Amino acid sequence: MSDAALALKNVGKAFGNLEIIRGVSLDIARGERHAIIGPNGAGKTTLFNLISGRFRISSGEILLNDVRIDGLPPHKINRMGLSRSFQITSIFHRLSVFENLRCALLWSMGYRYSFWTPLWLQRELTARTDAMLEDLNLTPRRDTAAGLLSYADQRALEIGMTIAGGASVILLDEPTAGMSNSETDNAVALIRRVSKGKTLLMVEHDMKVVFDLADVITVLVYGQVIASGPPHIVRANPAVQEAYLGALDAA
Amino acid sequence: MTASRFWQISIWILVLALAIAAPWAFYNYHTGRQSGFVISMLSQMGMMSILALSYNMLLGQAGLFSLCHATFFGIGGYATIHFLNMASAGSLPLPMELIPLLSGLSGLGLAIVLGYIATKQRATAFAMITLGIGELMVTSALMFQHFFGGEGGVNTNRMIGRSLFGLTYAQGIQVYYLILAWTLLSALAMFFLTMTPLGRMANASRDNFERVQFVGYDPRMVRFFQFALSGLFAGIGGGLYAITYEIVTFDALAAPLSANALLMAYIGGSASFGGPILGAVLITLLQSGVSLMSNSWLVYVGVLFISMVIFAPSGIMGLVTAHGPIVRGGQLGRLAVPYIRVLVPGILMVAGFVGLVELTSFLTIGAAQGKSLVLFGNKIDVHATLPWLSAAVCLLGGGFWLRLEARSFRRVWEGLMQGLKPQRSVA
Ligand SMILES: Nc1ncnc2c1ncn2[C@@H]1O[C@H](COP(=O)(O)OP(=O)(O)OP(=O)(O)O)[C@@H](O)[C@H]1O
Ligand SMILES: [Mg+2]
Repeated sequence: MSDAALALKNVGKAFGNLEIIRGVSLDIARGERHAIIGPNGAGKTTLFNLISGRFRISSGEILLNDVRIDGLPPHKINRMGLSRSFQITSIFHRLSVFENLRCALLWSMGYRYSFWTPLWLQRELTARTDAMLEDLNLTPRRDTAAGLLSYADQRALEIGMTIAGGASVILLDEPTAGMSNSETDNAVALIRRVSKGKTLLMVEHDMKVVFDLADVITVLVYGQVIASGPPHIVRANPAVQEAYLGALDAA
Repeated sequence: MTASRFWQISIWILVLALAIAAPWAFYNYHTGRQSGFVISMLSQMGMMSILALSYNMLLGQAGLFSLCHATFFGIGGYATIHFLNMASAGSLPLPMELIPLLSGLSGLGLAIVLGYIATKQRATAFAMITLGIGELMVTSALMFQHFFGGEGGVNTNRMIGRSLFGLTYAQGIQVYYLILAWTLLSALAMFFLTMTPLGRMANASRDNFERVQFVGYDPRMVRFFQFALSGLFAGIGGGLYAITYEIVTFDALAAPLSANALLMAYIGGSASFGGPILGAVLITLLQSGVSLMSNSWLVYVGVLFISMVIFAPSGIMGLVTAHGPIVRGGQLGRLAVPYIRVLVPGILMVAGFVGLVELTSFLTIGAAQGKSLVLFGNKIDVHATLPWLSAAVCLLGGGFWLRLEARSFRRVWEGLMQGLKPQRSVA
């Protein structure tokens, strides 16, 4: 087994004849915390959609622990240990916070499509859901409908649902976007805690968060990787600053 | 939390007690029997409750808009006619009490086959497929005469002479209690289902089918299992229908009944578990009660449905539960006067509307049937101006008045809600 938890080989994606991802190759080492940065519209979310199976790739290969996952539906990829969060919060809005997290735990705990198991008797499931709530500081909101949570709480729930199933590779799409400073600090601490021993790939605009968390940074511009490496090297790269800031100014 | 749980359970027990006692409230000492009309209405309520509850496994719980639910009710009915005939002939050694189980399995079997196709899609495409399935079934019913009996349907005699309790089921009251028992059993089972992994994931895929995939579930399979199980219960309902009427025709299978299932679940309230039962009871009352008095009962059902969709999309149960915070805050009394103030113009408006509908109906259908409109013992001339004018004035005047009152009602309501809102913690 290679030491890449996730490997992208010359991945391309076109919508019609609009090429959004143009030959991206990336190796994410096991246990690494990897950040993807890039201007708006660079294709970061699209890349996540490709990896997680939401979209089909147009060309190339994606391997999870040396197994090809491109072409598989999202639920199969999830069962193989890759879980993602959404830039635009995607939760079960009419279900309570507790139910949201429990739903995120069900498959990984082997309940499958059971219609004969009474959920209220599942001690371990309940305990793990409650522990999760505690970890996310959402215990006071346990019985609130998820759709009624504050924005920051919804973002925390979004992360919680992503990690609940115990996936070994976690993709977070702008987990701290739109948060206040103190909320961001909380979120960073949370991500640091829950990503221990796991492989983390995250898209993030907040440079403080990026340099705080990431072992490796990849810069994506117009669907292409223009630099990838440890933070201090990427930061010093003049081409990166040029392209990244230039594109930002243009936007 | 526990207090509301206590009330919920109390209400369920009360409803059950009412259902058990209801036939005896209409006991006729001259004939020594319960009213046949009431018994058959109550029986209808039971099987329609099962139909509506099972439909709500799709609509309310899984967000699936099915237009062919009667298919599974109907197949349960047709199959049960044949089971009963087999039982009478001695080739099916099963007591009457267990026959509905087979009806359910018939519904399940067909729902597995058709659900496999329908659940490939969701949302609008799913609705379209189910519409097609419904049509297909009606056509099949015409084609396969052996099973469906063609236009005339199939019939049976329910006195198969085999019962766990030595009952003959010659009287409607015995059949009613059989229906009640199966309704209770089915409702409990469907309630149990809402608290299983499948039930929860059905809710989840209703709220956000896409996210379901990213927690490891195939939303298609969730839809499939939910669809199949709802077919099981619909089949039980159909079985009870066959046992009650001893004849099954297209009516038990065709689109109008599917639409009825939708109406009942929606009007009762698809967001709560018990809502569809309420809807089933109400629609059955309209169907058997109002239809005796008026040719236009379907108009009333239709208008009720449209008003619910516009003004109370969460159904009657939704309206009731919306009062929860106010009741808990002990403020319900403050709504008494505002309620009376909207009720008066409301009644006026409804009276005007009913007047217009009935006048029209007597002008057309009534005239053809040679009937005349009688109100408080007075014969009303449907060709005179006065009745039309007064009905129109009631409708329009009541409508405008209601609008004004509704506005002030809303102010009171919002004021109460505002006062009851728990203090939000500021992060
Ligand atoms: N389904 C789609 N069909 C067509 N074009 C799409 C689709 N999804 C994304 N795009 C386009 O692909 C480009 C990249 O979008 P993407 O959301 O991946 O950017 P991003 O890097 O995540 O940007 P942001 O920082 O704003 O989140 C955009 O120009 C977008 O319009
Ligand atoms: Mg994005």
